[in-house]
Amino acid sequence: MSIVNLDAPGRTVLMMGNEATARGALEAGVMVATAYPGTPSSEIIGSLAEVAKEREIYVEWSVNEKVALEVAAAASMAGLRAITAMKQNGLNVACDYLFTLGLTGVKGGIVLVVCDDPASHSSSNEEDTRAFARMGDFPLLEPTTFQEAKDMTIYALELSEELRTVVILRGVTRISHARGNVKLGELPKDHRKPYFDTSSPFTYSPMVQKHSLLHEKLNKAKERFETSPFNSYEGPEKPDLMVIASGTGIFYSREAVTLMGLEDQVGILKLGTTWPLPDRFLGKHLARTQKIMFVEEVDPFLESNVKEVWADLAPILEIGPRTFYGKRSGHIPIVGELTTDRVIEGLKKALDEVYEPCDPNYSRRAKEVTKEFVSDRALGFCPGCPHRASYWAIKNALKLDDREGFLTPDIGCYALARTASGFFLSKTGGAMGSGTGLACGFGKLQEFGFDQSVISVCGDSTFFHAVMPALVNAQYNKSNFVMCILDNSATAMTGFQPHPGVGTSAMGDPAPILDIEAICRAMGAKVEVKDPFDLKDTTETITRLFQDREGVKVLILKRKCALLKAKGEKPPYKIHIALENCVGQDCGCNQLCTRIFRCPGIIWDTETKKAKVDEVICVGCGVCTDICPNSAIIKEET
Amino acid sequence: MVTLKKDPLNLIITGVGGQGNVLASQLIGNALVAKGYFVTIGETYGASQRGGPVMSHVRISEKTQCAPLIPEGKSDVILGLEPMETIRIIGPYGNPNILVVTNSRPIYPLDVTVGNTKYPDWKVIRAVIAELSQKAYFVDATEMAMNLGTPILANIIMVGALVALKVLPLNREDILGVLQETFSTQKLEINIKALELGIETINNKNN
Repeated sequence: MSIVNLDAPGRTVLMMGNEATARGALEAGVMVATAYPGTPSSEIIGSLAEVAKEREIYVEWSVNEKVALEVAAAASMAGLRAITAMKQNGLNVACDYLFTLGLTGVKGGIVLVVCDDPASHSSSNEEDTRAFARMGDFPLLEPTTFQEAKDMTIYALELSEELRTVVILRGVTRISHARGNVKLGELPKDHRKPYFDTSSPFTYSPMVQKHSLLHEKLNKAKERFETSPFNSYEGPEKPDLMVIASGTGIFYSREAVTLMGLEDQVGILKLGTTWPLPDRFLGKHLARTQKIMFVEEVDPFLESNVKEVWADLAPILEIGPRTFYGKRSGHIPIVGELTTDRVIEGLKKALDEVYEPCDPNYSRRAKEVTKEFVSDRALGFCPGCPHRASYWAIKNALKLDDREGFLTPDIGCYALARTASGFFLSKTGGAMGSGTGLACGFGKLQEFGFDQSVISVCGDSTFFHAVMPALVNAQYNKSNFVMCILDNSATAMTGFQPHPGVGTSAMGDPAPILDIEAICRAMGAKVEVKDPFDLKDTTETITRLFQDREGVKVLILKRKCALLKAKGEKPPYKIHIALENCVGQDCGCNQLCTRIFRCPGIIWDTETKKAKVDEVICVGCGVCTDICPNSAIIKEET
Repeated sequence: MVTLKKDPLNLIITGVGGQGNVLASQLIGNALVAKGYFVTIGETYGASQRGGPVMSHVRISEKTQCAPLIPEGKSDVILGLEPMETIRIIGPYGNPNILVVTNSRPIYPLDVTVGNTKYPDWKVIRAVIAELSQKAYFVDATEMAMNLGTPILANIIMVGALVALKVLPLNREDILGVLQETFSTQKLEINIKALELGIETINNKNN
């Protein structure tokens, strides 16, 4: 039984923030849920997919975030409640339609959940999506607790239905991927029947009138927010300083105040409804004190917008000048994620306070020891990962080609081509699909005498998400490059969600397999399919494709993700080192197997000064047996 | 609900991706929520599926939902699934009163396997952990798990060790309860064995 579907109203359970949001959607009667996976948002739709059949709702992994929003919007237009979830980069993809949807309006409640990733734990950028709410005129909610992640989802759906506009719920990694207490509510029994009323269409004309209507909706939202229970003040009646915070900022501020013993001096104004801002509520609290500090992730969103409110209200309410502390003043860092310690630093500076977390001698010694004995754990490919083999072949082919060729990567595990584990092959960074788009651009520079070889890589899920248009462009405009599709049959980085190429749907039903090879052929590209574990054949193929200077050469390197494989199969080989063959540091290879190939399954034994297989880590893929110049790595079939 | 000696009580479970860190934190968290505590778990695992440092901050309170991250110097207990990761956590989060229980088996960082740096000697690891903690326990959990048939059980052995130390308001039965809810019948028996083994190891050390 999934916790998201637990029929136990009143019971308190431990839930991930994303599960709490999913639970809220179920309690509010959501019937359609859509997403393209993206860390840290994936578990929202993932956990709904697990219970979809029991709950008799429809859940899909969409091909990308824009389509996900469109599918959810259709449900709303037919009167059903719907949820779509995405990470910050996903909202960038979806926003073209989102801004239109604001103008056309909706019918059934629809919540767009966006999970930002401050500090970019698993992202290609550090973006604060709250700006989209202001840009597109959407009501915005920011949960602090796990309970709020559930309750605000329900409220967002109700508000959306009442105002007939999309409501944005914005989480961050530290809520989405954290766990805490959630008290369960009732799960509805009844389902709505979808019906599209053709007499009230969802169009965006007349444009200016629709835009004006959107602002009326926003004003109504502001009125609701003036008395919302999601906004509150805690602390002394007249504090020396008032923190204004949202989301995780509340937790960190509370703890900072407690640790510093400032309960009688510092108050905290919690904002859960952060666009449009409730200005009367704010005005009342801004009157409390002269010093205001903003604590929020990532951009100074509240900081700028509350100052705007203060500028409007100051003359009317006769609240005098205020000193504002935050990101602009340097009291709170303008990048990265917040911590209690970062808030403590800000409060120390603003209030001229001192604070020591523990005996400074201990702290100094502990930090010294850590510095001396702890090494970084560099990111690397998993043991048995097909990407390591693919990059080994690409590396060697680029060397053989000898034209200063380079690689343009995409978004996925294989983006580690920027690191030593991917042999520093990638020379650009981008968004979903950008590897192929950029390669397409480089491949057109031939006309100006550009002769460097270009190879793009993308994954199978990425291919469907955003690479297909880039390939169409390359084919149509006759660009010259090698396009490598690293097909590992998985959306591996986000947790193995199915995609159009794998033959199952989000709800576990059989689905048509969209054949990547056939799609590329249908576009007219030259296509070959190889096994990356055959290093020799793959290297020769890429070298040959570099020789062909006309058009797009698609090479599909097909091998199942090692983690996906580990779930169902035993290791094909048992690997060991033939110590008589490994000549260690006397070999001219300069520790090729450990230092360059970098599979965590092979370690350098500093005592014997020879390679050694770590049997706990090795998954027996056998690729390393082909890289040793002295054939010292031996595989035996299991 | 037993009154906590300190509120919030802060535990950090640390290890390397693939060691079952997140599962360990969930088992402990589920057991504590069932007993009526507020539990907040903040997990840091970054982009890597396996091989990167993973830490779970587990915060237990009778009164309130805490921040998902423990402030510097404020961890009360460290449950280490890997010895170098245990030291990594002591740096920012340790204090003179900290209790440490750690697995002894190293997982070498890539920089060590490639020969760029050395993994510290076991004696040195023991000495610095002992120096920087009020009390430290070392458990050969991976070896014990391999004797049970698979190294992945080391996390459950370590959960057993933690329970035996009685620093959390949890006993053997509480964890047995969540194990029963978590594992299928065929996996349950071996996980219970692992739990018992962890408990026994600490009880033997303390006797």
